[in-house]
Amino acid sequence: MIASLSLILLCQLIGEVTVRALAVPVPGPVVGLLLLLLLLLARDQFPSLARGPLANDGVEGASRGLLANLSLLFVPAGVGVVQKLDLLAEHGVAILAILAVSVIVTLLVTVATFVAASSLLSRADEEP
Amino acid sequence: MSDNPFSLWVYLSQSPLLWLTVTLLTYAAADAVSLATRRHPLANPVLHAMWIIGAFLLLTGTSYTTYFAGAQFVHFLLGPATVALAVPLYENRKRVAAAILPMLIALAAGSVTAIVSVVLLAQAFGLPRSLILAMAPKSVTAGVAMGISQSLHADPSLTAVAVILTGIMGAIIVTPLMNLTGITDYRARGFAVGIAAHGIGTARAFQVDEVAGVFAGIAMSLNALVTSLLVPLAVTFLVH
Repeated sequence: MIASLSLILLCQLIGEVTVRALAVPVPGPVVGLLLLLLLLLARDQFPSLARGPLANDGVEGASRGLLANLSLLFVPAGVGVVQKLDLLAEHGVAILAILAVSVIVTLLVTVATFVAASSLLSRADEEP
Repeated sequence: MSDNPFSLWVYLSQSPLLWLTVTLLTYAAADAVSLATRRHPLANPVLHAMWIIGAFLLLTGTSYTTYFAGAQFVHFLLGPATVALAVPLYENRKRVAAAILPMLIALAAGSVTAIVSVVLLAQAFGLPRSLILAMAPKSVTAGVAMGISQSLHADPSLTAVAVILTGIMGAIIVTPLMNLTGITDYRARGFAVGIAAHGIGTARAFQVDEVAGVFAGIAMSLNALVTSLLVPLAVTFLVH
């Protein structure tokens, strides 16, 4: 458990250090994600890596535990709305309407593009 | 303590213990209600935990800074949770590799739509420039969006609020909206909610379908990369 959490934190730490050192506009945890993914893929090639947190569902279990409670992690930032009540009183209706329309449009554009691209590509595969 | 019933409150209200406990308890209760309603979209646990805690802070006159001293331990886990997305990604690697092209095309379309739509709408509503800048990165996960906002000299705490509101709306709307379109490809549905509504949308997707959750997680991570590059561009071209 502790070893698995340490591995996750270590990936994030290396990610943050890399991002800062190279001054790239990519969030550190995303680099950490790639790092952990590479580790898991490398384990398939080199069975000797399967020890400690990389054995017996260690890091997998810890990650599933974190992701099962993903919504909880947004609550503290969400409560920050109490600091912005004056702004919401002034522009609240416009802000809510804009965000709602933007979310709906984004959902529809993304899902339609995905479905269209995937059916076009699979049709291209079928044709000789 | 017996001398003054308020001294205990004064002590507790300044300690991280109370606010961490309040955060976890309120969320646990909101999540139990969500489970009891069989994950009804309107019983979104983030939404209800948020206003209940917010109201409690206002009623007790507690500042957000004091609250956050306790809640930061939960907030901190957003980073490790992003890293943890590697695991479902790894476990579904074959399915993901098979859909890599549709994903990249949908990522480009969705990411641009998310930014451009909010900027244009905000201008049409005549919102002040500072507000438009703070809202531009609203579709990526909180930590990343706040970073983008800072680099634009906008208000990161305002961005955080726009991010959370976007996430909650996306999580509430996605299931009824997708059912309305009749699309049953859970890869596409998950991917869309990950682009539009980041981690809160991803959490919702995991509740509905594991495959949808995986694709939402990928979409959210890819969007974090793309949006950090696109928002400065969009602001240069669209905001005057």
